[in-house]
Amino acid sequence: MIQEQELKTFVEGTTNYFEVAAQQPASIGSPYLVTEGTPSCHEYTGMISITGKREGVVYFTAPKAMLTVLLMKMQESDFSHETMRDLVGEVANTISGNARKDFGRDFVISVPSVLAGERPDIPTQAGMRSFVIPINWRSHSAKLIVALK
Amino acid sequence: MKLMIVDDSNIMRRRIERSQQFEELELVGTACNGVEAIEMFRKMDPDVVTMDLTMPQMDGIECIENIVKIKPAVRILVISALADKATAVEAMEKGANGFLNKPFTDRQLNEAIAELIR
Repeated sequence: MIQEQELKTFVEGTTNYFEVAAQQPASIGSPYLVTEGTPSCHEYTGMISITGKREGVVYFTAPKAMLTVLLMKMQESDFSHETMRDLVGEVANTISGNARKDFGRDFVISVPSVLAGERPDIPTQAGMRSFVIPINWRSHSAKLIVALK
Repeated sequence: MKLMIVDDSNIMRRRIERSQQFEELELVGTACNGVEAIEMFRKMDPDVVTMDLTMPQMDGIECIENIVKIKPAVRILVISALADKATAVEAMEKGANGFLNKPFTDRQLNEAIAELIR
């Protein structure tokens, strides 16, 4: 089960990502625990599997409209489906990789995989509970979901 | 000087190419994993490489080890999200010359490259 301080690592990582990569801070809502089922997702979801000292998944899910603006802020001119997939994977990878600053190198992250649709098949295990970190950026909403054992 | 960019993200490869401001650097190739990078390295013989670490097929650490064996004088800047100190130390021990954490600003990228080619 994830501790409050560990959750803070992901909140800080998310804040830093938008400040630096998007050059515009996001407003991060209070994290909450999903008590029933799996959290709903947006159109694009980038997922990182965690192994080593901890086990679980970290995923970033966002709507196409938000990703389009994010790409524009990054001076990208390609807004194809492939680029959207690339971006959600890269966001999930960056936030998860940054978490190693606190978790250490035994927090082993996979390469990103990208899931489609609003009910993607997220691999979960017994004893793993999902925390949702709400992200509001410009007029858009996204989520970082952290499920660790 | 010839530049090669290695990253499994297309967006990141384009971003590094677009943001680097050094006229003396000529982009000669890009690769999306370590295996492709070694092949490209042998063919294009770059002087400067930016290297991601978390990649499919062959990760950046193993790739650094390989390309340093091919050309010990190559200058390698690791650009990675992995923010723990042990990973940075390992990359430098294998032959990297600099380490830049993602996410980064254009200024941070250019300062890191300047440090590398100085």
